[in-house]
Amino acid sequence: MTAATGIGARVLRTEDKRFLTGTGRYVDDLPLARATYAYFLRSPHAHAKIKSIDVSAAAKLPGVVNIFTGKDLVDAKVGGLICGWVVKDKHGQPHKSPAHPVMAVDTVRYVGDTVAMVVANTYDEAKDAAEAIKVDYDVKTANIDLAKALDKGAPEVHPEAPGNLVYDWEIGVKADVDAAFAKAAHVTKLDLINNRLIPNAMEPRAAAADYDKGTGNYTLWSTSQNPHVLRLILSAFVLGIPEHKLRVVAPDVGGGFGSKIFCYADETMVCWAASRVGRPIKWTAERSESFQTDCHGRDHVTHAELALDKDGKFLALKVETIANMGAYLSTFSTAVPTYLYATLLAGQYTTPLIYANVKAALTHTAPVDAYRGAGRPEATFVIESIVSKAAAEMKIDAAELRRKNFIPSTAFPYQTPVALQYDSGNYPPIIDEAMKIADYKGFEARRAEAKSRGKLRGIGFSSYIEACGLAPSQVIGQLGGGVGQWESAQIKFNPTGNVQVMTGSHSHGQSHETTFAQIIHSKLGVPMEQIEIVHGDTATTPFGMGTYGSRSLAVGGSAIIKATEKIIAKGKKVAAHLMEASVADVEFENGVFKVTGTDKNVPLAQVVFAAYVPHNYPLADTEPGMDENAFYDPANFVYPAGTQICELEIDPETGTTEIVAFTAIDDFGNIINPMIVEGQVHGGIVQGVGQALMEGAVYDKSTGQLISGSYMDYTMPRADNFPSFKLGYKHTPCPHNPLGVKGCGEAGAIASPAAVMNAIHNALAPIGVKHVEMPATPLNVWQSIKGAQRQAAK
Amino acid sequence: MYDFSYHRPKSVADAIGLLKGKPEARAMSGGMTLIPTLKQRLARPSDVVDLGGVKELTGIKVEGNNVVIGGMTRHADVATSAEVKAAIPALAYLAGHIGDPQVRNRGTIGGSIANNDPAADYPGAVVALNATITTNTRKIAADDFFKGLFETALADGELVTSVSFPKVEKAAYMKFPNPASRYAMAGVFVAKTASGVRVAVTGAGATVFRVKAMEDALAKNFSSAAIKDIKIPADGLNSDIHGSAEYRAHLVGVMARRAVDAANK
Ligand SMILES: Cc1cc2nc3c(=O)[nH]c(=O)nc-3n(C[C@H](O)[C@H](O)[C@H](O)COP(=O)(O)OP(=O)(O)OC[C@H]3O[C@@H](n4cnc5c(N)ncnc54)[C@H](O)[C@@H]3O)c2cc1C
Repeated sequence: MTAATGIGARVLRTEDKRFLTGTGRYVDDLPLARATYAYFLRSPHAHAKIKSIDVSAAAKLPGVVNIFTGKDLVDAKVGGLICGWVVKDKHGQPHKSPAHPVMAVDTVRYVGDTVAMVVANTYDEAKDAAEAIKVDYDVKTANIDLAKALDKGAPEVHPEAPGNLVYDWEIGVKADVDAAFAKAAHVTKLDLINNRLIPNAMEPRAAAADYDKGTGNYTLWSTSQNPHVLRLILSAFVLGIPEHKLRVVAPDVGGGFGSKIFCYADETMVCWAASRVGRPIKWTAERSESFQTDCHGRDHVTHAELALDKDGKFLALKVETIANMGAYLSTFSTAVPTYLYATLLAGQYTTPLIYANVKAALTHTAPVDAYRGAGRPEATFVIESIVSKAAAEMKIDAAELRRKNFIPSTAFPYQTPVALQYDSGNYPPIIDEAMKIADYKGFEARRAEAKSRGKLRGIGFSSYIEACGLAPSQVIGQLGGGVGQWESAQIKFNPTGNVQVMTGSHSHGQSHETTFAQIIHSKLGVPMEQIEIVHGDTATTPFGMGTYGSRSLAVGGSAIIKATEKIIAKGKKVAAHLMEASVADVEFENGVFKVTGTDKNVPLAQVVFAAYVPHNYPLADTEPGMDENAFYDPANFVYPAGTQICELEIDPETGTTEIVAFTAIDDFGNIINPMIVEGQVHGGIVQGVGQALMEGAVYDKSTGQLISGSYMDYTMPRADNFPSFKLGYKHTPCPHNPLGVKGCGEAGAIASPAAVMNAIHNALAPIGVKHVEMPATPLNVWQSIKGAQRQAAK
Repeated sequence: MYDFSYHRPKSVADAIGLLKGKPEARAMSGGMTLIPTLKQRLARPSDVVDLGGVKELTGIKVEGNNVVIGGMTRHADVATSAEVKAAIPALAYLAGHIGDPQVRNRGTIGGSIANNDPAADYPGAVVALNATITTNTRKIAADDFFKGLFETALADGELVTSVSFPKVEKAAYMKFPNPASRYAMAGVFVAKTASGVRVAVTGAGATVFRVKAMEDALAKNFSSAAIKDIKIPADGLNSDIHGSAEYRAHLVGVMARRAVDAANK
């Protein structure tokens, strides 16, 4: 092992060569002989009854191969799309689960709902034909506004969910929390909206499928974050194709951010139709389709209250949230605002009593599901906003109030009042370091200097915790999750000594091919260039759960470690035989087996060769070959934590915000490749700042049209919106996984919205602005300032 | 996109010939607006006449007191032109703040003003600088060119061949970009020339417009203080999720003052 390439080294990414030279292979790049192309006709209405669909004229157009509608699926007895997580409401009843037909049958429920699939020789022909399909809609009133979605008389989205309520769920004991509030010296109250976001992965979703008539085998190429899970859902619930007859391949995938976890209508249709059409089918979403049909994220309306004693100690927290599910329950939608949200409400603090009530509501909008952070950004935003507001109200320094309430490092493992048991952590040194790097002491001077230039300068903290590395299977099962949450690895040496490592996780930007190779290199001493990390194909990798929830390294990396241990154990037996020593005397280091206390040694490559050419080999008790499998089910979640400090300036004349400094100190446990981790943190911060200042999915409240349906109106953050970030690490290794690692993929997005908004409020407080909702666009900030000025004039 | 016939003429005369008598034929310069429209099937031209091969339409010349820019000249060429930078630096600045590098390397001045997007930048400069638009048939004064939302004085099949900008004493352009598209949400071009002061606003209304009150005040006293109390009425201004009419009206005032300050620097 060399320090330059092993664990802890800033190794350049193996993936970069193909990604930077345009030689990545994405679903759309697939050359498929005799391919046909699919186009999906989408609903132009948010809510309408389908009176009739007439495809007769379309079917006669040139190049058209086939046209399918929802009725064809009913006739073929195709199942509906599923929600894989059963959340029990506060009365112990399972959530309402309305049917989710793959294509609309008699009702469309959001702009973008799938109405028909046209398959043609070319994409343009498919599109021409789609224009010729006549759909007679009876347009109904739509239920768009989340705040009113559960009101009496709101248009109903599904008859199976009366009043649009999917569940009314709670955690904690309300009476205990109310009693603590009654004794509080101070209560801070906060109403906030967690704005709806559109994921915008760089590569749009895509699918291609081929059916082999001779064998009855299907191959589906999909932009999936979890090909095995997609296969399982399609096989067991939707299409009924036996798992062994369906291969799902997720090749290079250009970003997912959660939106590519789920099983969608379009990929399901492409797969199903391939056998009917008898030719391969290709489909790639247009960007407008991505806006309309990718699952959206966040979208909460929340009221929160924090009770404090006279010194600022938190006594209790009470949170009420309405969470938008959209028009149908997507694959993991129900878990996001419950188990991934309310269980995080303790944050980094010793708050002894917490009560949260979450009502999930259906609306005539695109389905909402996990999006980078999934529930944890929403929780962090509630906690970190209300803590900063309490600090301002009680005139306690925002950092001081946090410190006063931090879980002390001696208290780990720490049982929170909301189910989770934090395994490790040490929060005070993180905030200290962040304040030092951000020069918190010098802030007031900088604020004064900015004022002399007419700018309002503000500073904001966000001290986050997250639970990721999903997750112990038995916990997931108890909470209603429909799957296990372990991860798999297979280490397969070739006779010539190089190695293929199969992982059940999937890389769509996370750089597994580099990070995992560094682990193999460190543990087995194989040079980096002789290691191939293989992922994303159900035919070549062991069953795996895929990548989301910052789990790949903590769970998938741990599975790899377990497999390396099996390789070493087997290698020792072979080496002992080759060196004529006893197994107990053989040790392994830097890729070489040695007999303790002697200079006898044999390199791993030679052991591998002997295992495949077992002429001189302990065949009596050792199988030939060097190929080991491991599955790892974690004992707990992992709990990354950190503090971010955002410093910004507002131009009060225009309402424009400029971020002038951004500091993030994170504890991700041990770090394999700091450069890759920094990339993850940068991207996460940018997404979180995007949410805070720019991004917002806006539907017209009466028609349900998606107004922010293109980059003309949906503001994506760009590089020139940001200063260089100042990053740093503290390390408390995870005590329960072999690498001591925690997740880093979501942290940036989890913490940053609160850091930004606290800075905005800090900047605007001197001129009397009380509250600004996200996104704090120039218009929004300007209107808040005007509002405060009007208030002051009264 | 729908099918169409594609042509690539080498001269203006050939281009005109190809467009003639075909009401559904469309000229294409940079294609930065036309191609997205085709891809979204919002237009169905019978013919696309690509002006990219017409050499006589490109280039920047100084003719006496005027900078003359060919209709096919790319935004990037205007932004980096030594002639433009010397004669009317504000125009080079404006061109350099259109879209992104890809758009600036494709998009053209002729295409931009012919399209007359309410949020486009160039119309501000054309009107404030009192430029003259030359077409294959005539010359059109800036004030007569921009008619309304995506509407100009151009007849069917008439091509912008060049735009002539008189040199200025002082000028500046201040753009408040739409946060998402980065087109102008309120762009104000202020110019002081031998013939007086002009203030043209783009992005805020249905099409570019002048602010007479500001022009009069600045003619007397070319300083931002002179216009600080002039309020722009919000009536009739654009309103969308990024900016209410009231906000745009306010931004016009702010951008105008900042433009005057920049012009005075
Ligand atoms: C991502 C993006 C960002 C942009 N940002 C901005 C911005 O910030 N500010 C801004 O001002 N613009 C912006 N634009 C528009 C850009 O400036 C375009 O170049 C411009 O709108 C059209 O110029 P074009 O040469 O591409 O015209 P084309 O797309 O080729 O044509 C546009 C229209 O003009 C007609 N036409 C073209 N040339 C002529 C001619 N010589 N005579 C008569 N009619 C003609 C065409 O028939 C068509 O109807 C942006 C565009 C994109 C794609």
